[in-house]
Amino acid sequence: MAQAVAPSKGMTFGEAGSALAFAGLALLSIIIAAKAYTPEYAFHAYLFAAASVAATFAIVNRYYERPVQLPPQTIAGKPNYNMGPVKFATIASVIWGIAGFTIGLLIALQLAFPALNFDTSWLSFGRMRPLHTSAVIFAFGGNVLIASSFYVVQRTCRARLVGDITPWFVVLGYNFFIVIAGTGYLLGITQGKEYAEPEWYADLWLTIVWVAYLLVFLGTVMRRKEPHIYVANWFYLAFILTIAVLHLGNNATIPVSLFSPKSYIVWSGVQDALVQWWYGHNAVGFFLTAGFLAIMYYFIPKRAERPVYSYRLSIIHFWSLIFMYIWAGPHHLHYTALPDWAQTLGMVFSIMLWMPSWGGMINGLMTLSGAWDKLRTDPVLRLMVVSVAFYGMSTFEGPLMSVKAVNSLSHYTDWTIGHVHSGALGWVAYVSFGAIYCLVPWLWNKKELYSMKAVSWHFWISTLGIVLYISSMWVAGILQGLMWRAYTGLGFLEYSFIETVEAMHPFYVIRALGGALFVAGSLIMAWNVWKTISVGQEVEEVPQATQPALIAAE
Amino acid sequence: MPAAYKFFAEFAQTWGLLYFVGVFLTVLVYALAPSRKDRFDAASRMPLQED
Repeated sequence: MAQAVAPSKGMTFGEAGSALAFAGLALLSIIIAAKAYTPEYAFHAYLFAAASVAATFAIVNRYYERPVQLPPQTIAGKPNYNMGPVKFATIASVIWGIAGFTIGLLIALQLAFPALNFDTSWLSFGRMRPLHTSAVIFAFGGNVLIASSFYVVQRTCRARLVGDITPWFVVLGYNFFIVIAGTGYLLGITQGKEYAEPEWYADLWLTIVWVAYLLVFLGTVMRRKEPHIYVANWFYLAFILTIAVLHLGNNATIPVSLFSPKSYIVWSGVQDALVQWWYGHNAVGFFLTAGFLAIMYYFIPKRAERPVYSYRLSIIHFWSLIFMYIWAGPHHLHYTALPDWAQTLGMVFSIMLWMPSWGGMINGLMTLSGAWDKLRTDPVLRLMVVSVAFYGMSTFEGPLMSVKAVNSLSHYTDWTIGHVHSGALGWVAYVSFGAIYCLVPWLWNKKELYSMKAVSWHFWISTLGIVLYISSMWVAGILQGLMWRAYTGLGFLEYSFIETVEAMHPFYVIRALGGALFVAGSLIMAWNVWKTISVGQEVEEVPQATQPALIAAE
Repeated sequence: MPAAYKFFAEFAQTWGLLYFVGVFLTVLVYALAPSRKDRFDAASRMPLQED
């Protein structure tokens, strides 16, 4: 396509600057690769070099292919939304989801049948477990959050995303971080901190991507045509901003050398533990809760075609949730070297969190008032409503488990795993599935999903899987806790540790079965998404501007 | 060190508490003020508006 370059066409500052920056990064990566202390680190440096060269090429190539003018902000008075990055992140989330769930199934099976680690370090539980958690939280969940936030902020602000290259940089750069993090675990590169395993160079890269994410989101909000900033955007903003602060705080490390993947944190001991769980619990609070509450506040009203039940409650929900979550972290360190008052503080704030959490749950559920019949006919809405119910359940269970007396039984047992998965599978994954099922027809301009029946199958199969998972882990966890604390009449421990491990076997098998059902459900979703995009029925050209005006709930 | 601890603990338990109560009351007033009813009712329907 030897397109004649118009005389007025020139590279924008962003195009020239980012192409140069990537060329520089490629050069730096090659030097690091050549001088790297370990082959694993050299491999990562080569990945950085290859990605940087590809990025430089893509930016320059895109410049030659594009018309003289950048895409306009509006077309015929309507906002010209930028949905390309949203589409990419949506597809990425479906693929990463299947990968993450499958690795989860593998490690569940490894716990039931240890031979399945095949005696290779590559597949050992210690490497696969962070691969699973990062794949589901950051790869699957993160892509859902980026996709939905870029969609929602444009639609509720009636403005095109800020930036030309930056939105793509956010989406592609984030997924590159996932690749670096994931391959790092497989190669044995880790900081050994839960949910913060990636080493310093991956953390630095994520920081750049995340700042770009914040700027794109904030810039779009500031460009808005609506006077009011919709509540979902508040939740997204809290999520983006807090994750930036948490990430910087918990990764205050000093690398051994530019040529080594290893780094050391500037504080140590119990201080490090406190910062780690301040980070860890707020990863739950702001990544897995605030971000997905934003999804709830946009997609449930949209799908149910009802306004938010109480917008005032949503404001109180937002401010009380973000002010309380940040203090709850110490409940991960009950009965440790952490000062007693800090443990109690964490416990008290966790219990208080019950109120904003349930306020939000009630707000989400009651949004269906006047539209409850849709639960019967719309399996997508059913997924999202069940997710809110699971949100209520796990935010009741969490404060309960943060009480020191309960925690003395539950901590270090599989009860914790059951609790996490009622939140992760029931709440986060279900509301994400709901958002994906909504987004795919909207983004690809299709009338409806390819098969609603398949959504129904997905819903029932994975619900059964979740029930098997969480009930087996409750029983396993409480059994484990009780066995660990059982004494004989003479004051000796009643059971050896290996006896408690043996007792877990049937529950681990049931849990793996639940996981297998959940994976099966996600495969049905992937098929349905694929079919919707490839052969789904297109929306007719006539826009649905003639919809009757909607009347408020009461 | 104990003096610093005592100072920070006392500060957190008095002014810190008052600060949080103050923030919460401000949020309640902002969210529940009758004058903002129409604005919030309109905002609750924002996802439903089409371009």
